[in-house]
Amino acid sequence: MKASAFSYTRASSVTDALKLLAQYGDDAKVLSGGQSLMPALNLRLSAPAWIVDIGAIPELRGVSVSGQILRIGALTRHVDILKSPEITQHAPLLSEAMTHVAHPAIRNKGTLGGNLAHADPASEMPACVIALDATIVVQGQSGERRIPAADFFTGIYETVLAPGELLVAVEMPVKRPHSAHFFHEYARRKGDYAMVGLGASAVLDGDMFAELRLGFFAVGEKPLLATASKHLIGKPVTAAVLAEAQAALDDELDPQEDQQATAGMRRYLARQLMARCVADMLGRPELNAGTAV
Amino acid sequence: MTTPVAISLTVNGERVDAHVLPRLNLADFLREQLNLTGTHVGCEHGVCGACTIRVNGDIIRSCLLLAVQAENATVETIEGLSDSGEIADLQAAFRERNALQCGYCTPGMLMAAQDILVQDLDADREQIREHLSGNYCRCTGYHAIIDAVEATAKARKALRR
Repeated sequence: MKASAFSYTRASSVTDALKLLAQYGDDAKVLSGGQSLMPALNLRLSAPAWIVDIGAIPELRGVSVSGQILRIGALTRHVDILKSPEITQHAPLLSEAMTHVAHPAIRNKGTLGGNLAHADPASEMPACVIALDATIVVQGQSGERRIPAADFFTGIYETVLAPGELLVAVEMPVKRPHSAHFFHEYARRKGDYAMVGLGASAVLDGDMFAELRLGFFAVGEKPLLATASKHLIGKPVTAAVLAEAQAALDDELDPQEDQQATAGMRRYLARQLMARCVADMLGRPELNAGTAV
Repeated sequence: MTTPVAISLTVNGERVDAHVLPRLNLADFLREQLNLTGTHVGCEHGVCGACTIRVNGDIIRSCLLLAVQAENATVETIEGLSDSGEIADLQAAFRERNALQCGYCTPGMLMAAQDILVQDLDADREQIREHLSGNYCRCTGYHAIIDAVEATAKARKALRR
């Protein structure tokens, strides 16, 4: 299908973009890499009167490290994240997860900011930024807002971003000593949306978890920072402890049924991912014995 | 309310100036206004890969890019790669390995295949398969296509020695 008719304008700066968004309000959609917006336009799931193209705003590009903070500009493309030495060093979870995001031709256009603002519940990056305790930086006419990633996503394709605001960057603490990360997803085809996935980050204290953040995706209407992780923190993880955490996870989940998987299958896969993640991070393969799929 | 926008870009080495409606995607611009019909349109939402072309050196989905976004871009289509001889060996390998089948997916497959061949001649079958995983073949001729790309990688590597 073809997109319905719209008017197009290219913003030259963040200030310019905010002015345009204030002018057009709800009639405008922001175009970044377009890898989610263009399908929505072509399928006529979205039919805005105005497209505000932010793709040429230089100040939204780039990856930088300042002190203990890694900052990734909103227009940083998926392929740039894959190839960035700073991200590999300071947020390896993102680099690893990105190999599962779509396909090369799409990763060459899609942007991190666009992906997060789109807020697809089955998308990898929202769950990963939650696991990494990132901050979403947005700008509006009245200035900057800094939103913890865990508070940013509110529902299917829904965030706290207001119509006049622009997501400008994502910031996260750099990788700490004794930390670990884990990423895995179950998908029908490499690059497709996951049936269930998990991006996780942890700080280890000897053979125990001092911190553990589990970002599940495709298990509900928004990415889930699982509170079940508290069962695994600060004590030796045994098979019984893991089972307790898995039961707690099951209570937290509200998965939907679709063509990919039933709700029950999603619950099962989420429990498997938790076992796999814990075994992998602690270097204890026996915790995942007999549960691998 | 939506008026045509003037764009200038380079397509297969030639400067192109045109007026396009904002909603026109680059695939349709190439096919309908420039008669470059080698770029195929399949799903029109980025899933099938038949519209894969090169913009500023990177492969992209031309159904997911507006023609107005290609302002000042360097665009290369299957016609350009074919006419320049850049992929003559790859095309020959597709013929030899029976990887063409109905041919609908072939331009996109060739663009994606050339992309991994440019990046990494040491890519193994699994890496080639993954790089092409965003391109559907409706005849399901995948194995023959992987064969052809792998054979081309080996031949190009041998030439380098």
